[in-house]
Amino acid sequence: MATAHSRAAARLTMAPAVVLLLGWMLIPLAMTLYFSFLRYNLLMPGTEEWIGTLNYQYFLTDPAFFTALGNTLALVGGVLALTVCGGIGLALLLDQPFWGRGIVRLLVIAPFFVMPTVSALVWKNMLMNPVNGLFAAVARGLGLQPFDFLSEAPLSSIVLIVTWQWLPFATLILLTALQSLDRERLEAAEMDGAGAVDRFVHIILPHLARAMTVVTLIQTIFLLSVFAEILVTTNGGPGNATTNITYLVYSLSLLQFDVGGGSAGGIVAVVLANIVAVFLMRMIGRNLDL
Amino acid sequence: MGEIVLNRITKSFGDVSVIPPLDLTIADGEFVVFVGPSGCGKSTLLRLIAGLEDSSSGAIRIDGKDATALPPAQRGLAMVFQSYALYPHMTVRNNIAFPLKMARMDKAAIDRKVEAAAKVLNLTSYLDRRPGQLSGGQRQRVAIGRAIVREPTAFLFDEPLSNLDAALRVNMRLEISELHASLGTTMIYVTHDQVEAMTMADKIVVLNAGRIEQVGSPIELYNRPCNRFVAGFIGSPRMNIIEGAETGGQAHAIGIRPEHLALSTDSGHWAGTVSVSEHLGSDTFVYVQVDGVGTLVARAGGEFPVRHGDRVWLTPQPDRLHRFDAEGKAL
Repeated sequence: MATAHSRAAARLTMAPAVVLLLGWMLIPLAMTLYFSFLRYNLLMPGTEEWIGTLNYQYFLTDPAFFTALGNTLALVGGVLALTVCGGIGLALLLDQPFWGRGIVRLLVIAPFFVMPTVSALVWKNMLMNPVNGLFAAVARGLGLQPFDFLSEAPLSSIVLIVTWQWLPFATLILLTALQSLDRERLEAAEMDGAGAVDRFVHIILPHLARAMTVVTLIQTIFLLSVFAEILVTTNGGPGNATTNITYLVYSLSLLQFDVGGGSAGGIVAVVLANIVAVFLMRMIGRNLDL
Repeated sequence: MGEIVLNRITKSFGDVSVIPPLDLTIADGEFVVFVGPSGCGKSTLLRLIAGLEDSSSGAIRIDGKDATALPPAQRGLAMVFQSYALYPHMTVRNNIAFPLKMARMDKAAIDRKVEAAAKVLNLTSYLDRRPGQLSGGQRQRVAIGRAIVREPTAFLFDEPLSNLDAALRVNMRLEISELHASLGTTMIYVTHDQVEAMTMADKIVVLNAGRIEQVGSPIELYNRPCNRFVAGFIGSPRMNIIEGAETGGQAHAIGIRPEHLALSTDSGHWAGTVSVSEHLGSDTFVYVQVDGVGTLVARAGGEFPVRHGDRVWLTPQPDRLHRFDAEGKAL
């Protein structure tokens, strides 16, 4: 790639991919942006007209927006905390030598391959259902009142379901990081008088910092757009209790047929996601160039 | 204070016995080198002493106390690893301070000790760097610094110089020897390099397949190897071993070191043809194809001008001949 000629050739051969990618991203974004300034209701075709920032005003002053924002942050934060802590714990366990380790490792990864809709339905109908669910059966077996997870603690239940799906990913990344830890370093710490807790705090955790950053960044991207789990379990309810921004945009556009308002919500979501991304990069991005 | 006694110590991994029953006493203040080919169990033996491996049976006494069941931290030993095993996320200062912090020492005392150790090891200007920004020799010194601040009863070195280039290795060898002279602490040093063993040790322990072949001072091992293994392992180039008729019937095999074979271009005991000659300036090593005996190596001091195909004669110094029986034991 040294000469001007080869650079030009490189640009030319890369151009189709770049154009395709840009088009894939920019056209939907531009259309959403355009719709967000229109009065565009599916029940009133043909009445589309430019209404300026009215959609944004409605969306941003809607009490449901603030509930959804809070729910989104709680969902992302809760799942991140649980998966990172749980992932470290599981990775430490799976790193120990024990009989059948290969099979157990495979089983731990398994939830990641289950589709979100399927796993949410399994949780809803087979585990958390207050009449037929496994948890209810256990509770009755212990002489307790069955707990109706999805109506009594809907957001926590969804956090639990999503955590179950993402825990394997966190475990996998953290386990590989743990395996790259030099054993001699742990032995040196042991010789230096560090007990198990000190070794974990001073040697293992710093070594995992980079992997934890990667897990946090990647998961945040996906967790901001959790949708299927909410749709099949609670439909955003009861009330707005489990409506996150993604679900709010869906509900505006396709349940209330207000495509203009939904588009405004979508753009707001994009802006919020970028703010979160900048914050994350600032906060933990420095871990990446250790 | 730093006496280490191993009593009938053994180690096996599953069914595989790595170290058969072994006795060894290391006196206080001694510099002991464990030397042997790779896989001879020398590192395992060091790790047994360190407490990083549990012994299968037998007892270890350190400083007069039974340490067999003690965890590594309570044995009062410090170890320098082959990979240095520094903590990459900590500065040099924090690396050296780590064992003191783990001992919950107060901050002022830690700072004082770290500064003192850094001064001894010429690390003062690097204290705020991270290990990743240091050269191999500097990292080695940090690892040694981390060991000396604890003021251990003994130091354990596990092939500490094998990751360094040749010139640096010679330097660090001297530095470790000087450190031993100034601290006077017991040191156990594991290496596969017989030059390191010969130059640094007060006492060499030659290991082979987990067994101790011979224990003694470097010169004792050089002059009176107790068997063919030790004879071949100590000294460079290796001792020439001759079997068959030339032994004169008194022994199964005789051995003669290259430096004890006199080279001559006109007459001598054995006649042969030069196959390779290595001219080092200070020495010349000549590989001679001796008729009816095989290849013998001879060392001539200074320059000895022979080339491939030249005819030379070799004469062994009779008082420097080693005789071995059929089991390889010295007679």
